[in-house]
Amino acid sequence: MSDLLLLLVTGLGLGALYFLAASGLSLIYGLMGVLNFAHGVFMTAGAYAGWLTMSDLPQSLPIGARLAVAVVVAVLVGAVIGLVVEVVLIRPLYHHHIQQVLVTVGLSLAGVAAAQGIWGADPRPVETPAWMSGTTVILGARLPNDRFVYIAVALMLLAGLLALLRYTRLGLVIRAGVENRTMVEALGIDVQRTFTIVFAIGGAAAGLAGVLYSQYAGAVSPGQGGSLLIYAFIVVVIGGMGSLTGTAVAAVVVGLVQQLANYYAASGVGDLSVVLLLALVLLLRPSSLKGASA
Amino acid sequence: MNDTPPAAAILSVADLHVRYGGSHVLQGVTFDVPATGVTALLGRNGVGKTTTLKAIIGLAPRTGRITLRGNEIQSQRTSRIVRGGIGYVPEDREVFGGLTVDENLRLVDPDRGVDAPVVAKLFPDLVGRGDQQAGTLSGGQQQMVSLARVLLRRNDLLLIDEPTKGLAPKLVTEVADVLAEVARTTPLLLVEQNLPLVRRIADQVVVIDAGRVVHHGDAAALVADPALTRELLGVSMRRKGAA
Repeated sequence: MSDLLLLLVTGLGLGALYFLAASGLSLIYGLMGVLNFAHGVFMTAGAYAGWLTMSDLPQSLPIGARLAVAVVVAVLVGAVIGLVVEVVLIRPLYHHHIQQVLVTVGLSLAGVAAAQGIWGADPRPVETPAWMSGTTVILGARLPNDRFVYIAVALMLLAGLLALLRYTRLGLVIRAGVENRTMVEALGIDVQRTFTIVFAIGGAAAGLAGVLYSQYAGAVSPGQGGSLLIYAFIVVVIGGMGSLTGTAVAAVVVGLVQQLANYYAASGVGDLSVVLLLALVLLLRPSSLKGASA
Repeated sequence: MNDTPPAAAILSVADLHVRYGGSHVLQGVTFDVPATGVTALLGRNGVGKTTTLKAIIGLAPRTGRITLRGNEIQSQRTSRIVRGGIGYVPEDREVFGGLTVDENLRLVDPDRGVDAPVVAKLFPDLVGRGDQQAGTLSGGQQQMVSLARVLLRRNDLLLIDEPTKGLAPKLVTEVADVLAEVARTTPLLLVEQNLPLVRRIADQVVVIDAGRVVHHGDAAALVADPALTRELLGVSMRRKGAA
């Protein structure tokens, strides 16, 4: 029983990280139809921004406070990078999907190379607050505390994004744009400005995912964002391209399947199970778990 | 070609070309839309009527010169052209089916939505349906949403593409009534296949064939001439529909 509880909580924690990584990707694809292969670079940038911030802040500050500042900096860095990438690289290529893919793939490769050039290819350890490294015993299971943080942050992000979509004018424009971008433009609404904002929001979510994933991994490395991006894409495809709630459900499912398969089958089977799950969903339900709707 | 350009034009289209891939859809379309009344854009299926409206609004890649109140707009983006005073009601309504009626309207009028006076005046059927998903409305009701949405903004000109397409005769009459009311204050450029409706509300006609303007003149004169109507449009006015 305690093993199962441990697996469920760690699986949910992993799913929470996948949702953090995939939410921006899902928003960007849903509204703009852009498959952003550079999303991993946004996460890597967030992770390194967080690591540098924690290293540079006075050690006299409590580590929890330094991590909080690092999270804010990572989110801001992700948002700024997202904004710049949209304005400089994506905007000239709307309606040119192949070129978008080439540019974002190129950017992801260049981003990894740049990180390697500046900080080296080896992982750099990050500091983790003692509480997050510890465990809490519930029903006999020693549950890692950091997973609760990831789950709480993911729930807050999901609630925040859903509230944004449901209760704000920007959200209304995004929901309409997901259905029919051309018609939104034909109503006199500057969709291009909305694209930029959505890219910045997606970048911010990626920055958040990056800094929290570095806490999960205990280190930052140039290829970290790229690794997480693979799972993010799987989650977005299973959840329905552009559906935020579908993405959340898919992230939980993927996290749990991976964790349970690794434990009950064999170590490493989790990754295979996720790919099989993706294939199964695409075969049985090509429109994914939920149709495209923000 | 009957060359009777109206005295005052709100919109001028000159040498408008549109190419889709290897297809040259519009081949130098030129006409004016007067600042009052209804100008009907007519022609057989597939001659470029919808493309003409899309080109004016910036939804089709075009070359040529388009002026609104004398100001060139052909290099502007769609949203700016619309905010500059041209409203557009597309063929097939294109309401946002996943949004409510009220949300569809609030995209244009964030403060009032379905509570805007023009909705109660022209589309009373929508008043009690603010919370209904637009995708669950009938075709006629969706057309009302599509028209209401564009009327929530101040327009110098409205481009309306086949507003009666697929509607029951009773609804065609209702839409015609709304268009006639709107045309009292705002000039319309109307793509329409329903000739009785054209006869009822249009003042001018522009006929397009194979991507070119082949006739431009008085609407009443065209529909009163069966031979000319048959020659230009391939239809007879004896095939009457509701309007």
